[in-house]
Amino acid sequence: MSGDINLTLKVWRQAGPKAKGKLESYKVVANEHMSFLEMLDVLNEQLISEKQEPITFEHDCREGICGSCSMVINGQPHGPQTGTTACQLHMRHYKDGETIVVEPFRATAFPVLKDLSVDRSAFDRVIQAGGYVSVNTGQAVDGNSIPIEKDLSLKAFDSATCIGCGACVAACPNGSAMLFTSAKVSHLGLLPQGKVEGVSRVKGMVAQMDKEGFGMCSNIGACEAECPKEISIDNIARMNREYTGAMLGSE
Amino acid sequence: MKLNSNIPEAGSLEEKWTKYKSKMNLVAPNNKRRIDVIVVGTGLAGASAAATMGELGYNVKCFSFHDSPRRAHSIAAQGGINAAKNYQNDGDSVYRLFYDTIKGGDYRSREANVHRLAEVSVDIIDQCVAQGVPFAREYGGLLENRSFGGVQVSRTFYARGQTGQQLLIGAYQALSRQISTGQVEMYNRHEMLDLVKIDGKARGIVTRNLISGKIESHAAHCVVLATGGYGNVFYLSTNAMGCNVSAGWRAVRRGALMANPCYTQIHPTCIPVSGEYQSKLTLMSESLRNDGRVWVPKKVEDAQAIQQGKKTGLDIPEEDRDYYLERRYPAFGNLVPRDVASRAAKVACDEGKGVSPTGLAVYLDFTDAAIRYGKAKAHSMNLGSSADYKKLGQEVIAAKYGNLFQMYEKISGENPYEFPMKIFPAVHYTMGGIWVDYNLQTNVPGLFCLGEANFSDHGANRLGASALMQGLADGYFVIPYTIGTFLSDEIRTPQFSTDLPEFAAAEKAVKERLSMLINIKGDQSVESFHRRLGKIMWEYCGMSRSAEGLTKGRDLIRELRAEFYKDVFIPGSVDEYNTELEKAARVADFLELGEVMMVDALDRNESCGGHFREEFRSPEGEAMRDDENYTYVAAWEWADDGNHVLHKEELEFKNVELKTRSYK
Ligand SMILES: Cc1cc2nc3c(=O)[nH]c(=O)nc-3n(C[C@H](O)[C@H](O)[C@H](O)COP(=O)(O)OP(=O)(O)OC[C@H]3O[C@@H](n4cnc5c(N)ncnc54)[C@H](O)[C@@H]3O)c2cc1C
Ligand code: SF4
Ligand code: FES
Repeated sequence: MSGDINLTLKVWRQAGPKAKGKLESYKVVANEHMSFLEMLDVLNEQLISEKQEPITFEHDCREGICGSCSMVINGQPHGPQTGTTACQLHMRHYKDGETIVVEPFRATAFPVLKDLSVDRSAFDRVIQAGGYVSVNTGQAVDGNSIPIEKDLSLKAFDSATCIGCGACVAACPNGSAMLFTSAKVSHLGLLPQGKVEGVSRVKGMVAQMDKEGFGMCSNIGACEAECPKEISIDNIARMNREYTGAMLGSE
Repeated sequence: MKLNSNIPEAGSLEEKWTKYKSKMNLVAPNNKRRIDVIVVGTGLAGASAAATMGELGYNVKCFSFHDSPRRAHSIAAQGGINAAKNYQNDGDSVYRLFYDTIKGGDYRSREANVHRLAEVSVDIIDQCVAQGVPFAREYGGLLENRSFGGVQVSRTFYARGQTGQQLLIGAYQALSRQISTGQVEMYNRHEMLDLVKIDGKARGIVTRNLISGKIESHAAHCVVLATGGYGNVFYLSTNAMGCNVSAGWRAVRRGALMANPCYTQIHPTCIPVSGEYQSKLTLMSESLRNDGRVWVPKKVEDAQAIQQGKKTGLDIPEEDRDYYLERRYPAFGNLVPRDVASRAAKVACDEGKGVSPTGLAVYLDFTDAAIRYGKAKAHSMNLGSSADYKKLGQEVIAAKYGNLFQMYEKISGENPYEFPMKIFPAVHYTMGGIWVDYNLQTNVPGLFCLGEANFSDHGANRLGASALMQGLADGYFVIPYTIGTFLSDEIRTPQFSTDLPEFAAAEKAVKERLSMLINIKGDQSVESFHRRLGKIMWEYCGMSRSAEGLTKGRDLIRELRAEFYKDVFIPGSVDEYNTELEKAARVADFLELGEVMMVDALDRNESCGGHFREEFRSPEGEAMRDDENYTYVAAWEWADDGNHVLHKEELEFKNVELKTRSYK
């Protein structure tokens, strides 16, 4: 078929959290119009037809918004395209005869469950530690009672677009979750509705982040480079300021 | 079985909800502490319901098959959420939103439910703003709106092309807050595989832990399903890959009813199919129809040249383009409702005027909008008439729809700023769902259903930006009250133990079903069956249907189902992380649902909304309803022998006059 490309895939196979994993090689014929995950579907169908176990990987929306897909492609979380999740990556970026290495996100706080699937529930617990506005249903005032400057609102929006995928953690040599956490701290901290709880939020979320075993931030910037939503590293600086302020205030 | 909609008697349409709320039985705070509620699903409907009921003091147990509540399919909604705020002062009102929704739904929904929806819509926006949802704003700092199809006012609130994401994150954060206080216990990666009834009332569920494979029981005083739509019965749809009908279908197998299953929404603006390996379709938000003009070439020769790659849309001069929506529906133009726009695209492609290699695509063109915006911008910047309007305007377009254009380019590999977008209709939303009354309670006492999973508010066709509204209305503002109508009689009922024999029996049935599936050990993959089912559904129960086709489709599904139980192959075992087993159980349920959809479509001898029967159309090709005979909700009871039983709920229109829908 026109547009077909022959590939060798080296995929991380690991039966369970405690099992030892290793890279296995597979041959697959992809088409340039396929997405990367559709190429994995083709490989999985091939494996199933040979009565073998397919590769377990997480995915759902396949539109770059749910944050489910999580794999390292040739050493890069979500693969080579900037601002692109693995599910939005298309095979037209690969050439016939190429070898592609596919591995799970690796970080202490994200243990492997099976093959390419990892446990990212630590992110939920970081949010539970303060990543919200404490307002019960029905308590709200009219939506237009507090005007918010358009630019400020857009800035908050940019931080709020984080999809919780964890690529930032996987990209960081220290396995730090600073980009993810700071995006939430900034999203809420920039808005008048969220500012009120700023101090307790940043303290709570940072403490939980440490508890989950995420590493320290040493300003390498790999997180920003690999983030599929192009969340800016400025969020980290902003959170650090908030955090320092909060700790000073509490003394 | 007599279906009682339980619409409150007291008050006019406008007063019903307020009066009902102020009179209904409530559960006192000290009693709420002793009551357990199970919520299945953490999309907009489930997350908002679980969070709000947690805030009220119920003990909530919440379930999702996803690894985090934030990944529910609601996250993918793009365009916006409606609310009758009338912030634009363009004549909007609660009544107008109510009326538009009833009309948009082709007069096949309940007046009282829809009016309540319109009433609470305004509270949703306030709540979301308070949670920190960064809606689009004007320069003055106030909330901005845009228009969606089927209406003549601007009442859609949005957050760029990521409205669902922002609303779900708001609800997820509210839920996270309740999880942190212990008021909600969250069970991620747990799939509900059965409903447990005790003395006829819903009292729990059986789940499978998707990591360990363990089958577990969970008991409560009542069960709320908010498990989303079943569009994936068509295999290809805009829904996320994991969307399925199983929670609802298992409830149907325990006596709940499936209402109007044939009402499927086919969305007119999706990226066309590119090949056989295609796993899903991508929506291009309806908001694009605010600025994009839909067209095909007037001449079949031009279309053929485009199909063969000899011409592009840019080569077709203005006078040879047919802006068919503007021509056929001058009053609404490109903003006609979805069902109308989809069928018109089908007609154009059936005439051989499609503009992709497969002939199954039409253009959505932003050139005129770019020039219009460019002129306005040049004027405000005093650039004079020498300015490059198109380029200036493209910047405006990019600011409005940038992420959608980017998504289009990533998938199609074509630059939509340069070439007109190519779009084609795709399955998008299911108006049908579990039958519920005004309280959102099913015919099984103690079983409630919210969001896309129920059938309640959209009739035969849903208007854009109304699903998010309904999900959040149900979860934040309806169920927290109406659940009291059931629970107020249960305050003396002690907590249920999962040691009861009903749980053991349900667990046993689930285990037997899964081991039966895995032991078939046939030769064909689950995916291959799902694809074949999808093709049957699309061919015979898709954009246009006929009695002959539906009868054939029903038979084909029965054959496919028999083959599935003989020849499906599921690798691995039941007690491990096994995605093929998960899919197999879901596809097995789709194979039953699909049959009931065919049966429902066959029963409905009229065309209405998303249900278009070839036998029932006007000479101009427009849908023809039969109000005399079909103004009812068709609620189906499953029967193993294939004689599914129809229960009718007659719809009464006391406030709105039934009219032929016209967008001309
Ligand atoms: C691409 C796209 C764009 C859209 N854009 C818009 C828009 O702009 N405006 C609009 O109003 N509507 C839009 N819609 C429709 C809207 O997004 C959905 O109808 C709505 O979000 C459904 O919400 P929900 O809460 O009912 O279900 P979902 O968000 O689908 O959530 C279902 C939940 O149930 C859980 N679940 C399901 N089954 C089980 C089970 N057996 N066991 C355990 N958990 C289970 C899932 O894990 C999930 O948490 C769009 C839809 C699509 C596909
Ligand atoms: S900050 Fe970026 S990389 Fe990190 S979780 Fe959010 S979207 Fe993913
Ligand atoms: S599958 Fe949803 S972001 Fe990739």
